[in-house]
Amino acid sequence: MNGDKRFPYLPDEHVVEVERGPQPGGPKGAYRAFGETLRGLKTTFARIVEGPVTIQYPEQKTPVYPRFRGRHKLHRFEDTGLEKCVGCSLCAAACPADCIRVVAAENDPANRVSAGERYAAVYEINMTRCIFCGYCEVACPFDAITMGHDYELADYNREDLIFTKEMLMAEPVERTPLRREGE
Amino acid sequence: MIPIADPNFAEASWILVVKSIVIFGVVMGIVPLLTVAERKILGRFQNRYGPNRVGPFGLLQPLADAVKLISKEAYRPQNAVGILWTLGPVLVIFSGLAALAIIPFGDVKDGVGFYGIDVPIGILYFFAFGSFAFYGLLLGGWASGSKYSFLGSMRSAAQLISYEISMGLALLGTIMMAGSLSLTQIVGFIVFMVAGFAEANRAPFDLPEADAELVAGYQTEYGGMRYGSFAMAEYVEMFVISGIAATFFLGGWHGPGPGWLDPIWVLVKILAIVFFYMWIRATLPRLRYDQLMSLGWKILLPLATLNVMVTAVLVTVT
Repeated sequence: MNGDKRFPYLPDEHVVEVERGPQPGGPKGAYRAFGETLRGLKTTFARIVEGPVTIQYPEQKTPVYPRFRGRHKLHRFEDTGLEKCVGCSLCAAACPADCIRVVAAENDPANRVSAGERYAAVYEINMTRCIFCGYCEVACPFDAITMGHDYELADYNREDLIFTKEMLMAEPVERTPLRREGE
Repeated sequence: MIPIADPNFAEASWILVVKSIVIFGVVMGIVPLLTVAERKILGRFQNRYGPNRVGPFGLLQPLADAVKLISKEAYRPQNAVGILWTLGPVLVIFSGLAALAIIPFGDVKDGVGFYGIDVPIGILYFFAFGSFAFYGLLLGGWASGSKYSFLGSMRSAAQLISYEISMGLALLGTIMMAGSLSLTQIVGFIVFMVAGFAEANRAPFDLPEADAELVAGYQTEYGGMRYGSFAMAEYVEMFVISGIAATFFLGGWHGPGPGWLDPIWVLVKILAIVFFYMWIRATLPRLRYDQLMSLGWKILLPLATLNVMVTAVLVTVT
């Protein structure tokens, strides 16, 4: 069997020598602790040399990625100026948080609002409920709704966080920097 | 000459008054800055900035803290022992400020000594008031009527008996060496500094407060400016111990430059030691209660005794 007197019943390959650290305490331990303290002091001082990594948030912002899912935007066709949304309510159906409300209406041929047969007379997103999953964007057959980059959505009233169609249509204030390619 | 006040020296009483006001004013101007400096330096040690919003570089932070603490309700727990409970912070801050008086900021010039008072008992005065501060912790912690405060104050008592002797012996070596500049007292310096961490209740020996396990130790039940006094006393005490260490081991006011630089040199040395205190706080974790006891009794005390014996032999032989 194996040479180790403590475990004579074990096959050789089961007895593994474990490397243990020195026992704490005693004069040797105190000497070692002193050296380790100096090593620790060196480690912490290296952090001062490195400098802070803090991003001073309201003044400096972390750039977001192009795929970042922030506040929604509704889009128009650039050439005709007509709304892309046709009021199909697929986004409302896809929404897991049930925060989108769409009321569709028939387009007047003389005064068209959207490119399709119908348009969204009412389009509201309740930002207090939105979970920013992006399913609305995926569900939309005309790419009428996309997720923007704005994430600073705090407000004082819940009512102010129900975004109407005009607010979603409006050109958003770009408050968040975008990451450059490869950053 | 070693910078200890000359016992056969007297000066006019109005000079004493002016000196106390100046020293009190300067130190109490520095102590609030130390609180913000500690937070900023600790921040740098952890790769962050620390407070930098209130005023330029966050320098008005202590003012904001003081306003907050003063405007808070003076709350007293129902089962606290009223008068002792109120006395706790008073004793702590009183002993800290009283010990401040013997730190020399310069030599005697034109009949005026650059220190608060000239006590014949010298360094014993510092030990007396250093230990006196623990009455404040003990009374405050016990009278709070809370188990955490009680545990904290008991710990401070246990801590007191395990470092005080080594601290005294560490200074004894330098006192015996009086006459020569004491660069040979490295062991004494190390022992004094380690004991000083315990005396000022600073990490890694902040067992009486131990915010991780005892909420805040003896100051758990205190709020408002009473808590503020405890916090301020900690910094005053740190300043005093650094002052004693600077005087005894780093040559006090001695430094290059003209005579009027003496107080500046003392301040620079004190602040350097205070920085070391903060550095240690950023580095070492808190010791366990029994580890502190065994460190005090098994390592510091033999080291300090050995240091004193070797110094005594050296002094006799040379």
